[in-house]
This record gives sequence, C-alpha cells and structure tokens, in this order.
Amino acid sequence: MVSPRDPGQEEGKAGPPDAGLSKRMEQLSRSLDAKRQTDERNASSGRRRESDARGFALAMRLSTEFVAGVLVGGGIGWLFDAGLGTSPWGLIVFLLLGFVAGVLNVLRSAGKLADPLDRERGG
Amino acid sequence: MANDPIHQFHINKIIPIEVGGLDLSFTNASLFMVATVAVTALFLIMSTSGRGLVPTRWQSMAEMSYEFVASTLRSSAGNEGMRFFPFVFSLFMFVLIANLIGMFPYFFTVTSQIIVTFALAMLVIGTVIVYGFAKHGMKFLGLFVPHGVPGVLVPLVTMIEVISFLSRPISLSVRLFANMLAGHITLKVFAGFVISLAASESLGLFGPVTSVLPLIMTVALTGLEFLVAFLQAYVFTVLTCMYLNDALHPSH
Repeated sequence: MVSPRDPGQEEGKAGPPDAGLSKRMEQLSRSLDAKRQTDERNASSGRRRESDARGFALAMRLSTEFVAGVLVGGGIGWLFDAGLGTSPWGLIVFLLLGFVAGVLNVLRSAGKLADPLDRERGG
Repeated sequence: MANDPIHQFHINKIIPIEVGGLDLSFTNASLFMVATVAVTALFLIMSTSGRGLVPTRWQSMAEMSYEFVASTLRSSAGNEGMRFFPFVFSLFMFVLIANLIGMFPYFFTVTSQIIVTFALAMLVIGTVIVYGFAKHGMKFLGLFVPHGVPGVLVPLVTMIEVISFLSRPISLSVRLFANMLAGHITLKVFAGFVISLAASESLGLFGPVTSVLPLIMTVALTGLEFLVAFLQAYVFTVLTCMYLNDALHPSH
C-alpha cells in the first residue's frame, strides 16, 4: 500500500499519460490484493466483527434447524412404517433419531459443536 | 375480503394454460417471478453499463452486492468455492429482490410460497449432491461417517447424520417461507386493526384516537419487514455457501 514514489509521479504528470495510468492501475491491484489478504486473515481469526448481522441471522436459524430435524425424522419413520407395516415402531425410533438430529443441527449451527473439519484445520 | 390477512397469498390464473391435463397456467406468482428476474437483470445491466472508475450510486450498489456475496462465499467455502459464484449470486439476488418486491402494497410475495422456496432449496441440495459425487465419488459418503467414532456407534451416528443432512432443504425452505408469510400476515392484521378501530361506531371518538396505536405498530413492522427481507436473503446465501463447502471438502 505504501509506495516509495514521489507524489509528482503519482499524479501521472511526469511520464506519458498511458504509462502513468498503467502504473496506477498496477498499484491499485497490488493494494487490492493486500487488502483481500488481510480481509481473509481477519475473517479467519476474528469472526466477531460482523456479529450484529450474524447474531440476528443465527437467531433465525436455530429454531427451524431443530424443527426440521424432528420433521424429517418423523417423516422417514412414517414412510418406513407405511412401507414395511411395522407400525408404530418405525415412527417411534425415527422420531427419536430426528430429535437427536435436530439437537445436532442446533449445536452445529450455534458453533457449540465444531465441525471435525474445522478442528483439523486448526480453526 | 379486503380484511382477510390470507387473501394476499391467493394464486390467481392470469393466462390459463393446460397441457395434457397438467395445469401450467401463467399465474400471478409466475408474473412476479418474471418481474423479479427482470428487475434483477435490469438493475445489474443498467448499473454496470457505465463502468466508471469512480462508481455512480447505482454502480456502487451493484458492486456492493457483488462484494458482499463474493466475500461470504470466500469466507465459508474458500477460493475454490468461487466457481459457484454465479449460482450463489443469482440465488441471493432472486431471493432479495423477490422479498423486496413483496414489500410493495398489493404486490405478491413469491417467497411466501413454500413450493418456491422448496424448489430453491432443492436446487442447492441437488447441486451439492451432484457436485459432491462427481468430484469425490464414493468418498462423498464420508460426510455421513465422522471419524473418531467407536465402531459400535457408527450405524447410529450415520443414521443421525443422514437425517441431519435431509433436514437441510426442509429448514432452508421453511425458514424463508415462514418468515415472509408470518411477516406479511402480521402487517396485514395490524393494518386491519387501524381500519376497524377508526370505522367502529360503538366506540365513538375513542376508536379513531386509539387507531393511532396499531398505525404506529404497522410503521414499525414495515421497517422490521425490510430487515427480515434482507436477513433472510443473507441467511439463505450463507447456508448455501456452507452446504457447497461440504460438497467441496466432504472430509469429516
């Protein structure tokens, strides 16, 4: 970002206008790259920055994550029973599994349970 | 009928079309989907046509939406995730513009129909599954078997992971649909209170005076609905990125 050039050259008055422009473009793309890298670093190290929007978004996610797990578990159990005629055992077992899956969803989206992937990366 | 809070979600046929017993009519929902795509395309084409080095207001809005989606995708799916950028950006713009168009009075909210949001969610999950299998083959199934689990528990844990995976499109679609539906019904109900209080004769002067209260509520709720319209588009995008990340790196 910090260039050792004198300000006269930066204005594009010293050289021909094309050279000045391309020089400035180059400089701009370099500083953009630098900014992108620091952005990435910030995003990976401190995720607290955008906590406002994220917190609200998270609050909206949690309830549906749980409900969806239970619904899908119940649905699978019901289909299982309808197909194999094991009523009501499929519904009971899969509904319980659905509850577990719902809790897993909630814990995962709340970040209480780190994805194994993240742990390996050292995040 | 004007006071029925559900009335706004009715689907009316504009051009009835029937092909082989299938109802393929062009409805008001179709009209507003076309309008959403048209507004999105128009906004992006018009705002980027100038391509100034110093952006105009419209251009900087387009650039902001690009930067926003790109940084969201990069932070959750890494640089490889950028190959899905056109897909994610289209989804984000469609949901956002559909939500915002729904905020106009008398307009139809496309995202308040569960079949629309479910189709969008299935598009995401379908992409994840197809891409995951195409890129990783059978290793993609490793997504369902976390390692470090004792052998006895593997069938149980796999079962739970499969249910958890299947619940994703459900939660993705239900969240968007329920938020838009509930928000619009609430708005309509409170706006209805204003009319009924102001028009009620049994309350005398008391009615019109107290009708200011639901009016204030309606104004506040309208603001909240704009926030929800944006947040739901954001949540949809973030989750899409996270699921795409699973397709790219299914190693857990």
